[in-house]
Amino acid sequence: MRVEQIAVFLESKSGRLADITRTLADNDINIRALSVADTADFGILRLIVDKVDKAKEALKANNFTVGKTNVIAVEVPDRTGGLATVLEAAVKGGLNIEYMYAFVNKSSENAVVIFRFDDMDKAIAVMQEKEYTILTGEQISAL
Amino acid sequence: MNWQELETLPRTGLESIQLLRLQKLVHRVYETVAPYKAKMDEAGIKPGDIQTLADLKKLPFTTKDDLRDNYPFGLFTVPMDEVVRVHASSGTTGKPTVVGYTAADIEMWASVMGRALTMAGVNKGDMVHNAYGYGLFTGGLGAHYGVEHIGATVIPVSGGNTKRQITIMRDFGSTVLLATPSYALNLADAMADVGVTPDQLKLKVGIHGAEPWSENMREEVERKLGIRAVDIYGLSEVIGPGVAMECLETDKGMHILEDHFLPEIVDPDTFEPLPYGEAGELVFTTLTKEAFPIIRYRTKDISRLIVEPCACGRTLVRMEKVTGRTDDMLIIRGVNVFPSQVEHVLMGVEGVEPHYQIEVNRQGNLDTMSVLVEVSEQVFSDEIKALEALTSKIQIEIKDLLGVTAKVKLVEPRTIARSEGKAQRVIDNRQL
Ligand SMILES: [Zn+2]
Repeated sequence: MRVEQIAVFLESKSGRLADITRTLADNDINIRALSVADTADFGILRLIVDKVDKAKEALKANNFTVGKTNVIAVEVPDRTGGLATVLEAAVKGGLNIEYMYAFVNKSSENAVVIFRFDDMDKAIAVMQEKEYTILTGEQISAL
Repeated sequence: MNWQELETLPRTGLESIQLLRLQKLVHRVYETVAPYKAKMDEAGIKPGDIQTLADLKKLPFTTKDDLRDNYPFGLFTVPMDEVVRVHASSGTTGKPTVVGYTAADIEMWASVMGRALTMAGVNKGDMVHNAYGYGLFTGGLGAHYGVEHIGATVIPVSGGNTKRQITIMRDFGSTVLLATPSYALNLADAMADVGVTPDQLKLKVGIHGAEPWSENMREEVERKLGIRAVDIYGLSEVIGPGVAMECLETDKGMHILEDHFLPEIVDPDTFEPLPYGEAGELVFTTLTKEAFPIIRYRTKDISRLIVEPCACGRTLVRMEKVTGRTDDMLIIRGVNVFPSQVEHVLMGVEGVEPHYQIEVNRQGNLDTMSVLVEVSEQVFSDEIKALEALTSKIQIEIKDLLGVTAKVKLVEPRTIARSEGKAQRVIDNRQL
């Protein structure tokens, strides 16, 4: 039920993001979703890719600091209020969202939202109870 | 007298040898080197005034400036046709300092370096991987002759080409590594990259010097290379490597080869000699060198002398690991800061690697200090708040220890230059 995400440390200097996407492209790795969180001094790039371990190795070989975390990918109806209802369910279920980002799936009616919760087991239980579809890594790669 | 007898003499026996050698030296430089004679005359000292070792303090100091003023050969005591080798150390400003050796000096240097290697358990039969730079720098050749002197095998690999070095260490079965501590860590990182593990090597001991390093760095070298890492001290103005060396019985200081190099600790402000045990600037007088002897050379290194007997049986005094440089000392908003203190803080934080750089700037009339820290995989997080917690933890600990506020900036791995010689720890951009 969990999806592996890789996170990459970014120093605030121009061109590093391009270096990362270039490295991944050179290694034939597809990026499914991406988000950058940053402060004045540094940033963290979070990526969902089709080949997680290969991506991690390729980036490490290029002197990036890379981490791997589990997130969950929830299918959310791509209509007004779709996201709001998921967030309400999370709040009612007592979950804390560390971060989230979304991407729109071309081939379906739904958007996919990537969540990192403080308590991932509980989050999966809450989402399943509300009958949301939780995608696996393979499903995301197949999108 | 053989090494073992010499190194275990009662202090009074050693001191009588030192005094005889000192008296001879002072007479010789007074008669042969005009700048020494001029300084002694100015101070009103005659060679005959040196009656005891304590009289040493009557003699004027020698500084790097004296070497530069007499560039290149002005302080040599023998005609140039007796000098068989010169070395030079690059000055960060101005002229390099040049030192010379007679054939007897080279022989003496090989013997002190050989004795130093012996203290670290190196013997005939060892395969010594010498990654100190060969050239004008004394490190490579100085260590080289010492290895040959004790009959061990030397691999004169010098610096650079790290991957080839790893191959050589593995294929030749190197048992001893001679390298700067930062280059030893560089080798360890490169080994991990190419998939060579310490158990594929035969290394048992690393002898690291030529730049300051902390106990934490020692622990890292030992862990990453699976060896015992010991400290060696030397400087070209005195002879090169082989001035002092840690034995395997202690991690509290390096035995000074005192029958050749007479140490003092002086107060960095008043220049008065300090008793054993007190920290101050390390000063050396060479007792036996021919071509380029030096009297009371101020090293600018901060250390302490430990006279208590060592478990190894040697009665040679020990100098504590150099904890700072009188001229590395940064004054930031009126506070004295040594880079080694910053390193100490960083190594106390779980997962933080000792690769850092201090940047000092002046904004208006205010000094600002930034500490650049590489983000290792162990401390990295996918959450901003975890990384911010890390930087503020380091910032608080620096403030606690040093009394100054530093901005901690996380940088990508391997972006801080790992020099294969001396690591550049401080960038001071202030125009003072
Ligand atoms: Zn000892």
